[in-house]
Amino acid sequence: MENSQLAALAATIAPDAQVVQGKQFVEITLSPSDLFAVAEKLKSNSETALDMLVSVTGMDYGTELGTVYHLRSTIHKHMIVLKTRVTDRENPEIDSLCALWPAADFHEREAYDLLGIRFRNHPDLRRLFLDSTWGYPLRKDYKDDVNILAR
Amino acid sequence: MEEEVKAPVPEQEEYVINMGPQHPSTHGVLRLVVSLRGEIVRNVEPHIGYIHRGIEKMCESIAYPQIIHLTDRMDYLSAHINNEAVCLTVEKALGIEVSDRVKVIRTILSELTRIQSHQLFWATFGMDLGGLTCFFYGLRDREMVLDIFEETCGGRMIVSYNCPGGLMNDIHPNFQKRTKEFIKYFRETLPEYDRLLTGNVIFQERLKNIGTVTREQAIAWGLTGPVGRASGFSCDVRKHNPYSAYDRVTFNEILYNEGDSFHRYKVRMDEMWESMNIIEQLIDNIPEGSYAEKMKPVIKLPEGEYFQSVETARGELGVYIVSDGNKNPYRVKFRSPNFVHLAPLNLMSKGAKIADLVAINGSLDLIIPDIDR
Repeated sequence: MENSQLAALAATIAPDAQVVQGKQFVEITLSPSDLFAVAEKLKSNSETALDMLVSVTGMDYGTELGTVYHLRSTIHKHMIVLKTRVTDRENPEIDSLCALWPAADFHEREAYDLLGIRFRNHPDLRRLFLDSTWGYPLRKDYKDDVNILAR
Repeated sequence: MEEEVKAPVPEQEEYVINMGPQHPSTHGVLRLVVSLRGEIVRNVEPHIGYIHRGIEKMCESIAYPQIIHLTDRMDYLSAHINNEAVCLTVEKALGIEVSDRVKVIRTILSELTRIQSHQLFWATFGMDLGGLTCFFYGLRDREMVLDIFEETCGGRMIVSYNCPGGLMNDIHPNFQKRTKEFIKYFRETLPEYDRLLTGNVIFQERLKNIGTVTREQAIAWGLTGPVGRASGFSCDVRKHNPYSAYDRVTFNEILYNEGDSFHRYKVRMDEMWESMNIIEQLIDNIPEGSYAEKMKPVIKLPEGEYFQSVETARGELGVYIVSDGNKNPYRVKFRSPNFVHLAPLNLMSKGAKIADLVAINGSLDLIIPDIDR
């Protein structure tokens, strides 16, 4: 399916979301409360059929935190990007997509570890790389006295 | 007389042991916390992060041409392919089309990288399962590829030969001759690998029906590369989204449906033949042209997001760059195949024997720096 058709289809699946045809992929920006329901529809719809989660990227936009999901259909060979943002930097919470794609398990633990985004209903949300004494290094306001590159 | 102390019966009690971080079969600092009942694995929990260097964070404070020196150190056996992924993303963002010469040379070197990675896999996999001879044979032949790299790229493993816009320098005059010598030699030597290990009954018994992954599981967990293709999941980026010169060569995507450890091994063995086919189609027709496009001294990507995936020796490596228009990226994310492959280890090894865990772990061919990044 062409990206323009895919964008039109995505707009019907997620009417409340903002659907943009980006440079490479169709990008759907939605609120965290819609995320799980829309992702479920995109996965089960036979025309989008996004059965593979390629990656989950935690983002720090300055005032907001967010996640970016790259989803692929192994049947139709297209990709769709889902984006969501939360404004609460102290206690950011986003629904976990582990129930839809088990691959989300490690990706979300990584985003929790490095950006402090909590994923609701994640089966095993613990820090992955670092221990609990660390802050969240991928946040833009993280103070790093050791990194000689940043100094 | 003292009362006799009864030793606990291991079959009835669950106990937990640490495998690693210094266990020889984990090939790096990976710690597996294994719950056992007798010899049967009940649960495996990977603990990672011992060599987490924060490459994604470091990328945010350096310029684009410098990133390739960090990606070298992620999956160090696919160093060239990692660099290619970053270069392709930057070139895509800038709208630069590299010359055919660069595309062909990149493809040849990527395939040589794949061959030497699979050679090391074969060497260490045999060693994990008790066949030490493999280790010497594998490393002996891998040395020839590393010599080719050394001559042309300057480095043996950490090559840093790609740069945004092309290559660091032109190929060495001996490159074609030595590559052809190697292919000729390796076509004779590769059947020896099969005679030594593949047909061995003990080897096959230890791998067949061990750590089986179905096609549906492979897709759901995002398993790509030889691990996904052994389960019948057609996921070769070189076929589905050709980059560099992969659209002008013919090769087969190796697929098996069994999904067990033995077929993950088989995929890699067959891929070495395919890689040699690809190199042979290209090595005599490297087009003339410049080896690098003229780039501005300071590379600034236009504001936006760019995603590119390539097929490394282990699977799909995705590079996601978010740029705000500055000379440093705003955010870089590497979707590394090993990180994804580690996650379902518990699923694969539940119910297997502890010796099978070594075989499963070996058949995933994990590179720990790529997991930790």
